[in-house]
Amino acid sequence: MESFDWTQLLDYALMAMLLAVGVAIVRLRNLFAAVMLMGVYSLLSAAWFVSLDAVDVAFTEAAVGAGISTVLMLGAMLLTAREAEPVKAGRHWAALAVVLATGAALFFAIGDMPAYGDPNSPANAYVGFDYLIRTPQEVAVPNVVTAVLASYRGFDTFGETVVIFAAGLGVMLLLGFGGKKAKKEGGE
Amino acid sequence: MNPHLVLRVVSKLLIPIIVIFGFYVHFHGDYSPGGGFQAGVIIASAVILYALIFGMDAAREAVPAWFVRAGSAIGVLIYGGTGFVTWLLGGNFLSYDMLDPESTHHAGQHLGILLVELGVLTTVFSVMVVIFYTFASRAPDIPEGEW
Repeated sequence: MESFDWTQLLDYALMAMLLAVGVAIVRLRNLFAAVMLMGVYSLLSAAWFVSLDAVDVAFTEAAVGAGISTVLMLGAMLLTAREAEPVKAGRHWAALAVVLATGAALFFAIGDMPAYGDPNSPANAYVGFDYLIRTPQEVAVPNVVTAVLASYRGFDTFGETVVIFAAGLGVMLLLGFGGKKAKKEGGE
Repeated sequence: MNPHLVLRVVSKLLIPIIVIFGFYVHFHGDYSPGGGFQAGVIIASAVILYALIFGMDAAREAVPAWFVRAGSAIGVLIYGGTGFVTWLLGGNFLSYDMLDPESTHHAGQHLGILLVELGVLTTVFSVMVVIFYTFASRAPDIPEGEW
């Protein structure tokens, strides 16, 4: 008989916590608490990614989601009210319809998903398997994620860097360059 | 007495460690999780922590706004420049093996990955700090009671 994999209980616990935090964020009217819970949500998903062996993704999620974006949301929150306006009841029904339709479509698609950890699933076979075999000979870098990111998919990463630069440029052009002048205008 | 004395002392101890850890994540990216992107975010978070504890003016003196403004473009130039160098050496764009064609253990790949990740680090660090500076300079100062 196959032994029971106890680590999957950790996955379920983390997913349950994600769900609880998500519901709490939606129900909260206090923006400060909502921003803090979004940081908690990111940290929980980072822990979950570690449990799924996606350490690089977990690292990024913890640094960007739980760290920087919480600070940026707090900075944005200081410019607006501390409490969210209550949403009208009519909008609840429209949102519920959209959520139910999307959820039903996702549940319908579950049947076509490969089993968790299936070695023959498209994500593990073909290209992913190829990278694992060829990286030691062609790039000779122990971390295959880095090899794929910077070497095999170097063009993609170049594009991502340009996207980040464009995002920063957009913020600078829209909100001013953050010099002394902008501070005086914003400070009032 | 300053009400944030504990925060100041702890962050003064932590900020150098955070920056060193960021550079470790970058230079060790070939062997362990992480790379330029994560390193850039970690180093930017050190600057943001400094700005939160010691105020925007002190942070602007340590990391000037012109520095991060230029850095966001320089990072893209480092990445593209690496590709351009491999091009001039006779390879395709971003074919790092051209950086050290004699090597038998792909030293060119290591060097190329480190260089492009350095470009990613520079852009990510600069853009994160730029976004924080622009947001923070618009926000009114946090009142004492709200800490």
